[in-house]
Amino acid sequence: MEEQEEWLYEINAKQPLLAIDFKEIWRYKDLLILFVRRDIISAYKQTILGPLWYLIQPLFTGVIFTLVFNNIASISTGGAPPFLFNLAGITMWSYFAQCLNNTSNTFASNASLFAKVYFPRIITPMSQAISALFKLSIQLLIFACFYGYCVLNGYALHPDITLWLFPLVLGILAVLGLGLGMLISSLTTKYRDFRILIGFATTLLMYVSAVMYPIAEVQNSKTLSEYAWLIELNPIAILIEAFRYMTLQEGIFNWVLLGYCGVLSLVVFFVGLIVFNRTGRNFIDTI
Amino acid sequence: MSDIILKAENISKQYRLGTVGTGTLRDDFKRNWAKLRGKEDPFLKVGAINDRSQKSTEDYVWALQDINFEVKQGEVLGIIGKNGAGKSTLLKILSRVTAPSTGIIKSRGRIASLLEVGTGFHHELTGRENIYLNGAILGMQKAEITRKLDEVIAFSGCERYIDTPTKRYSSGMTVRLAFAVAAHLEPEILVVDEVLAVGDAEFQKKAIGKMQDISQGEGRTVLFVSHNMESVRNLCTRGLLLENGTSIFDGKVDDTVGHYLSLGIQKNASERISISDFERSGTGLVKIASVRFLNGGHYQKPTTGKALDICFQLESAIDYQIKDVRLDFRIDDITGNRLLWFSTKMQAEEASSNTTNTIVFSLDKLPLNSGSYWVTTHLTYKGAVADWAKHAFQFDVAEGFFYKGFKEVVSSQSKILVDYKVSYDV
Repeated sequence: MEEQEEWLYEINAKQPLLAIDFKEIWRYKDLLILFVRRDIISAYKQTILGPLWYLIQPLFTGVIFTLVFNNIASISTGGAPPFLFNLAGITMWSYFAQCLNNTSNTFASNASLFAKVYFPRIITPMSQAISALFKLSIQLLIFACFYGYCVLNGYALHPDITLWLFPLVLGILAVLGLGLGMLISSLTTKYRDFRILIGFATTLLMYVSAVMYPIAEVQNSKTLSEYAWLIELNPIAILIEAFRYMTLQEGIFNWVLLGYCGVLSLVVFFVGLIVFNRTGRNFIDTI
Repeated sequence: MSDIILKAENISKQYRLGTVGTGTLRDDFKRNWAKLRGKEDPFLKVGAINDRSQKSTEDYVWALQDINFEVKQGEVLGIIGKNGAGKSTLLKILSRVTAPSTGIIKSRGRIASLLEVGTGFHHELTGRENIYLNGAILGMQKAEITRKLDEVIAFSGCERYIDTPTKRYSSGMTVRLAFAVAAHLEPEILVVDEVLAVGDAEFQKKAIGKMQDISQGEGRTVLFVSHNMESVRNLCTRGLLLENGTSIFDGKVDDTVGHYLSLGIQKNASERISISDFERSGTGLVKIASVRFLNGGHYQKPTTGKALDICFQLESAIDYQIKDVRLDFRIDDITGNRLLWFSTKMQAEEASSNTTNTIVFSLDKLPLNSGSYWVTTHLTYKGAVADWAKHAFQFDVAEGFFYKGFKEVVSSQSKILVDYKVSYDV
């Protein structure tokens, strides 16, 4: 038994529930960086506008949302300029959606790679969350530009003191997106139904995540107020509201709700991680 | 025992036959649609080839069963076996692509696999970017790759295209680049599976040389899977023979290859050899009933340099004339290289008798070196193919002396021997 210590690693048929080799992940950190680079570089290869698409997408969505929800449906955005209000929601939402969508495809889209080489599978979803961060930072930049523009044009806007919690909010959002994505990607290896489901489920989820309306609007609505809990307890809605409170003073900022989001996200994340790890060992036989 | 770098204990892998992960309705539709068009089931994957079933009543099959072996530092282990013997499954488990059903593998070194080349190549990225990406996927650090970049590029022979996206590469170039990366990474254990099938002759030579360097010069361990017995013999020091998911032989590479070649093929120790019906076609009006190796009317084991009569016994349900029959046969070596061709039509002499049903080809000296050979027979009757058997039978040639008084020529030098003279005066 004294020989046991010398082995670099073992491949065992049985595995503990949460076996994550952090040392190994650290060894593969260069791969993580290269994956992020690959994702960013290859996303808009052979396009003329290149990374400009990162700007165009949220801008147009923001304009359309403002036209439809604020001008036609006349949803109140409080004191905040509607376009900025929508842009805030879209920026946060699209980060979450990108994390979720990309990770939920991990096994399916990397099958040919995973079938041939071993590296810690967790690297792939991690790289997705990080490369999504790149897109997010561009979008935050646009948000900041319009924010400055609005301030110059006489809107009484100033960032709230809670803005320093932004990384935390973002972290919770990423962890939630990753966790859900890993869970779904594991299920997809056996049941492809989930891949179809995720396609429209994210779109539907957007509508209950307070992206283009404030939660208050739902609570005050005569017909929908009894369903308001659905949105109030939606962690994504809470996080988006918190972001808008930090920047636009519109929305709800509540420590209890934020704590609830954090705990829920961590639970989802660890369940996702366990399922992901277990699936990763054998998925090549079932996909 | 510290020089043991890899140890496999009781490795088994079980697959479920039939509905492997196709629990969804959509996939069933796809499968039925394929069946309807007469195509093969797209979802009938792993395990189906290996028809050995431990519990025959259930839908399970053991692709691998109780594999035990140890690999020492610097050893080149050739893993051989027929299709579906479990070689690739074993490599997959060793390279951690999939987990074993039972058992444990212990390793003292990094294992990098070349299961198929070009793993992780992103075709939008340039050759240079792909070297980094591929290297990192195979477990290299960035600094390590940078250090070896020039060497890798030079080895691949793709300097000119190195800043072009790999989607513009020819498949041979992609293979070269991929192998160059893999050959320069420094895993303690390198796993290679049939990669050398692609690439031109020059590159294959380079690759084999590199693999020899890796194993001998640098003392690294290589696991090599191939159907090409020549390269297994050249490269490996030890062999592991798999059949139906179990390891049936483990020893010196020459012994293992010999064992492999004799696997499942009926040996012609008996006098009459019957023709395998496996790849046999034709009208069947006249057929070969059996083949015998004779010398002076008695059974003769084919031996290098000895006289041999190869007698074909014909059979037919009709009355036929032997002059309407043309018989050709060809001798191939075990890897399929065509060596010798014989035909009744190469002989000016017409058959004198019409009643015979035996055709004899006589050789004064069998010009084949020791080893196993395949025979393909082709018989026509009145111009129509009557009996055509690819890989009709296999026979072994025993070691013997072709050249009088001299030592035998090693079989790896030449399969065919001819008489010649050496002169010193012009």
